[in-house]
Amino acid sequence: MSNSQDAYFIPEPSRWPIVGTLALFTTFIGGGMMLNGSGFGTFILGIGIAAVVYMFSGWFSDVIGESLAGSYNKQVDISFRWGMSWFIFSEVMFFAAFFGALFYIRVLSVPWLGGEGAGFATNMFLWPDFQAVWPLLTTPDMSLAAADSKYLAIKEVIPAFDVPLVNTILLLSSGVTITLAHHALKKEHRAPLCWWLAATVILGFVFVFFQMEEYAHAYHELDLTMKSGVYGSTFFMLTGFHGFHVTMGATMILVILVRSMKGHFSSKDHFAFEGVAWYWHFVDVVWLGLYVFVYWI
Amino acid sequence: MSYAAVHEDDHHDHDHKPTGIGRWLFSTNHKDIGTMYLVFSLIMFFIGGAMAMVIRAELFQPGLQFVDPQFFNSMTTVHALVMIFGAVMPAGVGLANWMIPMMIGAPDMAMPRMNNMSFWILPFAFTLLLATFFMQGGAPAGGWTMYPPLVLQLGDGFPFLIFAVHFLGISSIMGAINIIATVFNMRAPGMTFMRLPLFVWTWIITAFLLIAAMPVLAGAVTMLLTDKFFGTAFFDAAGGGDPVLFQHVFWFFGHPEVYILVLPSFGIISQIIPTFARKPLFGYASMVYATASIAFLSFFVWAHHMFTVGMPLAGELFFMYATMAIAVPTGVKVFNWTATMWKGSMTFETPMLFAIGVLFMFTLGGFSGLMMGITPVDFQYHDTYFIVAHFHYVLVPGIVFGIISGVYYWMPKWTGHMYDEKLGKLHFWTSTISVNVLFFPMHFIGLAGMPRRIPDYSTQFTDWNMIISIGGFAFGLSQLILVWVVIKCIRGGEKATDQVWEGAHGLEFTLSSPPPFHSFTTPPEVTDATAHS
Repeated sequence: MSNSQDAYFIPEPSRWPIVGTLALFTTFIGGGMMLNGSGFGTFILGIGIAAVVYMFSGWFSDVIGESLAGSYNKQVDISFRWGMSWFIFSEVMFFAAFFGALFYIRVLSVPWLGGEGAGFATNMFLWPDFQAVWPLLTTPDMSLAAADSKYLAIKEVIPAFDVPLVNTILLLSSGVTITLAHHALKKEHRAPLCWWLAATVILGFVFVFFQMEEYAHAYHELDLTMKSGVYGSTFFMLTGFHGFHVTMGATMILVILVRSMKGHFSSKDHFAFEGVAWYWHFVDVVWLGLYVFVYWI
Repeated sequence: MSYAAVHEDDHHDHDHKPTGIGRWLFSTNHKDIGTMYLVFSLIMFFIGGAMAMVIRAELFQPGLQFVDPQFFNSMTTVHALVMIFGAVMPAGVGLANWMIPMMIGAPDMAMPRMNNMSFWILPFAFTLLLATFFMQGGAPAGGWTMYPPLVLQLGDGFPFLIFAVHFLGISSIMGAINIIATVFNMRAPGMTFMRLPLFVWTWIITAFLLIAAMPVLAGAVTMLLTDKFFGTAFFDAAGGGDPVLFQHVFWFFGHPEVYILVLPSFGIISQIIPTFARKPLFGYASMVYATASIAFLSFFVWAHHMFTVGMPLAGELFFMYATMAIAVPTGVKVFNWTATMWKGSMTFETPMLFAIGVLFMFTLGGFSGLMMGITPVDFQYHDTYFIVAHFHYVLVPGIVFGIISGVYYWMPKWTGHMYDEKLGKLHFWTSTISVNVLFFPMHFIGLAGMPRRIPDYSTQFTDWNMIISIGGFAFGLSQLILVWVVIKCIRGGEKATDQVWEGAHGLEFTLSSPPPFHSFTTPPEVTDATAHS
């Protein structure tokens, strides 16, 4: 476990961290101004996001260059592995906050609003006619005067055994294709590696496309929006952050695909590939949780 | 090429430092980054301290004297955010940066570039937060816990508050990942886990807590943001949500956060007490297990912060008993520190004085915590000055004193000079006396019913509030001594030896004082005889 190498790798001073910090700072300033209603904020936000992309590409080019130059040893490789694993764990905890909120709302607070257990007084004094059901199509305040509600009544929710099922199959298949790509890489079969990676990227982006179609359908035909009470809140928060992660993951795989086509990676040394694959599987697992708890039951 | 492999044989060639502002902006060096963390933390300590002085000036007598209530509320809110995220956490990470590579026999942190970014985010994140003072609607004033619906009333500052928290979270998570990768992967041969110095152990566990807790805070504030701007209903009962949900999610982060703050301080005094008692730490293994147990249990006690909000009885009872359970591993630690001193040849240099201060006064804060952990009793104490007394005892003489003791302990190693012992002792005694004048009477006025976060109070609380304010000003002034000691020590003083302290052990004391730019370019060999445990 402890280091037994004859050399340590220590990078020279780098400008990317400070570029990244400034980029995020600009993004946050722009985002804040935009949310406060300033049109100029949107412009600053755009600059910030562009700078973040610039930082990522610059920083990763440096790292890829160092890797190709052979300056990384086994120890650096292990550091990267620990880094990626714990980064994914932090992402798991980020989603855990929203899943926790979903479970709390479904198991505790909505039944309480309906008069069950500890919350019966709320029901009696505020919304005596509110019935706790899930999916929650109408919000508690609608039980008093539907017209005065600041929320939107949902006509219908997205059925689980429709597009979401197709999306589940797409994502699970992409988990298989990236594994096949990995096997091909281990055997140094370059062509199948690239083809399987390309298939994974396509499956990922098709998933995102279907998800966007689903959102359009929900907004325009079902009145299922972020403003549709707590069902819409949890639905869009969970699926939205997941969709964003799929987009990031698919972009990462795209980079790996380009690198594979350029002949990067060897059968023994391909941490970048593995890190991205771990990330992809993580996105996959989150989807399964989503599919079961948001769409299905 | 933007890399440098440090080989065993260019041993004598490694001390070339980059120069100019670039040395700091682009740094990949754990010592420079550690120094920046510590300096930043000191600056934030005084900014947060200045806010505390405003609070104590306003509370010197009843009635409204100096500031309007809205600004007073901003002071309590931002004081807390600055002290927690700007002073205490960066100080802990700064010490980790400086000491962990030296303690485990590594040349640097595992990911030096990411380390740089973890630091540089901080000044920019606090620029976002402090800029809210100049915005329409002012700075956050709903308490650092950001409870909805109150926090949603904040003006233009609101998105900047949320983004500052996101930004700080990114910094903490990157810092924590780096520390874990460093300790897991960069240890010198023979430095097994059970030979790690306890400061390193407490930091691994702290890093786990950070990675598990900070994303949850990010999730909580993201829901606030969408509730305010995108019409979601997470925390609005009219839409089917629940404002109490925020408190659950927040405290799921917030309670582990308490241990994120305190565990590094435990680690520091676990290094210092053995040195000045000239005995190995009593019960090393039990210390490791106790720390891990505290961290594990910290994820199951969050609702003791919200006993009065309305929870099923089973919840109140569960969280009460789980809270009591934390007293057991904490007690193990307190007894171990005491047993380490038992029959030791003790001397009382400044670091030891501060460490003993931690031992006594943290324990006091722990006891008042136990009192509030008892649900029915908490109904009486909740949101009074009693809780203010409790967490300030834990945070100031428990954690800030721990950090200060670490600074005194390692400063000769960092600068190569001994600090001024007379001034150090003066700093200790003025701080200790004033901190107790400041916080101890808060117990009394809290039990008597004075609520927290209020700019005015009933006249029967006047005498104690005056005494508290005098203690507060005295404590604030005492900290200027620290600044003077640090500046004096950097500029010169008696030359420090490599070992610095007669009773000091560990790899960091085998390096020169000050240590070379890259700590260990050749991994040292660690055996049972040289291991510090």
